[in-house]
Amino acid sequence: MINYFPEEVLWHVFSFLTSHPDRNAASLVCKSWYNVERFSRGKVFIGNCYAISPERMISRFPRVRSLTLKGKPHFADFNLIPQDWGGNVYPWIVAMAKGSTNLEELRLKRMVVSDESLELLAKSFPNFKSLVLVSCEGFTTDGLAAIASNCRFLRELDLQENEVEDRRGQWLSCFPDSCTSLSSLNFACLKGEVNVAALERLVARCRNLKSLRLNHAVPPDALQKILAQAPQLVDLGADSFVHDPESETYNKLKNVMQKCSSIRSLSGFLDVNARCLPSIYPICINLTSLNLSYAPGIYSKELVKLIHKCKKLQRLWILDTIGDKGLGVVASTCKELQELRVFPSDLHVVGNVAVTEEGLVAISAGCPNLNSLLYFCQQMTNAALITVAKNCPNFIRFRLCTLNPTIPDAVTMQPLDEGFGAIVQSCKGLKRLSVSGLLTDQVFLYIGMYAEQLEMLSIAFAGDSDKGMLYVLNGCKKLKKLEIRDSPFGNMALLADTGKYETMRSLWMSSCGVTFGGCKTLAEKMPRLNVEIINEGDEMEGRPDDRQKVEKMYLYRTLVGPRKDAPDFVWTL
Amino acid sequence: MEGYSRKDEGCPQLLDLIPKEKEWLTKSAEEKQTRNGSSEEKQLELRLGPPNGDWTIKNKNISREKDHESLLPFGYFSPWSSSSGYQVKSQKQTTPFLQAHGQLKESSQPNPAKTAVPNSSSSSSAQKRTAPTPVVGWPPIRSFRKNLANGSSSKPVSESQNAVGSKISSEKPIENSPKNLLVKINMDGVPIGRKVDLKEHDSYEKLSFAVDELFRGLLAAQSNFSAGGIKNDEDGGKAITGLLDGSGEYTLVYEDNEGDRLLIGDVPWHMFVSSVKRLRVLKSSELPTLCRGRKHGKRSLDTSPK
Repeated sequence: MINYFPEEVLWHVFSFLTSHPDRNAASLVCKSWYNVERFSRGKVFIGNCYAISPERMISRFPRVRSLTLKGKPHFADFNLIPQDWGGNVYPWIVAMAKGSTNLEELRLKRMVVSDESLELLAKSFPNFKSLVLVSCEGFTTDGLAAIASNCRFLRELDLQENEVEDRRGQWLSCFPDSCTSLSSLNFACLKGEVNVAALERLVARCRNLKSLRLNHAVPPDALQKILAQAPQLVDLGADSFVHDPESETYNKLKNVMQKCSSIRSLSGFLDVNARCLPSIYPICINLTSLNLSYAPGIYSKELVKLIHKCKKLQRLWILDTIGDKGLGVVASTCKELQELRVFPSDLHVVGNVAVTEEGLVAISAGCPNLNSLLYFCQQMTNAALITVAKNCPNFIRFRLCTLNPTIPDAVTMQPLDEGFGAIVQSCKGLKRLSVSGLLTDQVFLYIGMYAEQLEMLSIAFAGDSDKGMLYVLNGCKKLKKLEIRDSPFGNMALLADTGKYETMRSLWMSSCGVTFGGCKTLAEKMPRLNVEIINEGDEMEGRPDDRQKVEKMYLYRTLVGPRKDAPDFVWTL
Repeated sequence: MEGYSRKDEGCPQLLDLIPKEKEWLTKSAEEKQTRNGSSEEKQLELRLGPPNGDWTIKNKNISREKDHESLLPFGYFSPWSSSSGYQVKSQKQTTPFLQAHGQLKESSQPNPAKTAVPNSSSSSSAQKRTAPTPVVGWPPIRSFRKNLANGSSSKPVSESQNAVGSKISSEKPIENSPKNLLVKINMDGVPIGRKVDLKEHDSYEKLSFAVDELFRGLLAAQSNFSAGGIKNDEDGGKAITGLLDGSGEYTLVYEDNEGDRLLIGDVPWHMFVSSVKRLRVLKSSELPTLCRGRKHGKRSLDTSPK
């Protein structure tokens, strides 16, 4: 029957398929579905930019309008990957420009983006609307100027946590007067000055502006003027807040805030005097998202007062200065909380017991809808984790980081295996897990047994033997990304099921027990994997001994063989 | 959100080990064992064995092992064994936690093999004093956040009226690992402040000396000016002494990250460095009487409204 289905009907049906897994599944049904699907796919997601080449992507999806690319492995965020490792977006932009792709949206994560790339991007795609760069580097404000000048229909320019060199140019002024289409502008990560007058004019003429995140260089009195022009804002980020509660600026800001009744999301406050926080009290009641994780200046008492007013909060990112007691306030106030991230505030005061297992337990008891957690804590106990697992069975992302990576249960001094075991057993929908603390192979047994939906697992300083890694590889059928550091897993575990790696996106292992010989064996056996070794050491003369341990290994499945842009220190076996 | 919430009957018995109130800390091992008898719980029990099945052999082992009083009911794997002979360079993995704790408390140099990260914004905390975690890339937070967490004191959190932006733009916490820790220091009677780099000193005495050097000249110039040009000393100024113990004409105080004003000297130097935001040199005569009570080991000079 399927053969007689007219393509137009298939096409219409497929237009309702939005998720990538769904579309991928549909494309595997038969040739006809594959073809309809590939011509109708507008949004393409590529989790590893080296898994496929730009040319092949374009030839399969000629009508791509939106491209999402990810480059470096996750551990690059923590300085485990040297500069110039790769992940350059330029070839992709060149290929799409050549292929006359009608690109409208580009979302990049952990990629290297040069000014040249940005200029080419800006000039090659007349309908370009949205640029989102997360954790990228390699560009300057000159590149941003090119985007601003040339993208006539730009709606979104969202820069999150990028390393941007500031050329002290006037990139903001490069938005022409005719640009009125901006709905989202985020330049909080820029370090330099901006032309505040140009910014004010830009905001005034972009009536659809919903999301605005400013950097530190925008002073409070400008902030106040901008807000007065944009009471329709839904998301606001302000790094530079008022200092003096007696000042005129403060009064103006207070008044203007009261009119910003649409704001649902707030962030920034890098520089704020806590006594000026009452100015935002009027909007607190409507806030669903609050990010104070860059605000070390707000100490616990003020933080608690603020949170008391945020009863509708669904997402909260804070520093551990909030303390266990503060988390208790969150638990009793924010009943709709879904995502919580608690970051460490001070790594150098020995014995800084900012948050412990108590805070987490309180949150779990008070916030039953919690499904996403990132928690940096001084200590943890199995009992607490077991309680959390019982209270919150809905976790999709659970990332626990003890500041001491091998700390045991604070009460029983046992490993934290049972606690994490309870989490994976209870949270049937868990997709992402990071474990820490003293852990034996046992925890991996539990993970392999219970974490059926797990897609990403991060392991550090854990396990006793190859068995640990084997439990995970054998058990987690949906595993896509596995990253391991400083754990005693060696060749036996690496080579036990080599086919598994083709079902995964990537595997990272650093400071583990795998050797050059093991990696070579794997590379020989699996031609569709790139097994890359990163060598930062001085032993660059000739190949090292097979028995020598590999410091950093990154392997990933690919359809296009070894990458051609690997630097000297990366060896593809 | 997926509807994976299951009611209590679906929860594995391990979770029931913990009562709902806070007494979970005191639960004894015996209580746990009595719960593990019934058959319906057998399927939910965490067991030994490969994930793909083959439970039959293991059951007997499990019931035997339960008799052992152990919080790890399946004490099959000794945490201290290392079957593949793997030796972690830093010895952290296989040594008891106490040793690891001891190691971490020292401000040790990280293992040379681990410092091969060329990035200047490397999280290597070799340069930091008493870093609790001298491991590259741990805790796993981004550079942006690490710099905030370093207690960078360049942000004017105090209640004074600072013009925003320009004054702090040179020391934004977002920048890569600060090589210096510059804090403002103002002195009573001297309208222009100075900045002192706390990283150049490693004790209160040295700081006191530095303060003396910074302000001696200025103070002298001021008194010259006001006294119509009469010099105090030939070398250009009276030494500023007794800053730390209240014995001199001036006393050194600081403001911490909570906005409180405190006397210098109560906490260890590194603790002071991580919490100090700015310094002040006050006239001893104008200090309020010290209150004897201790708040977290600090002596508060005033009760600033919070």
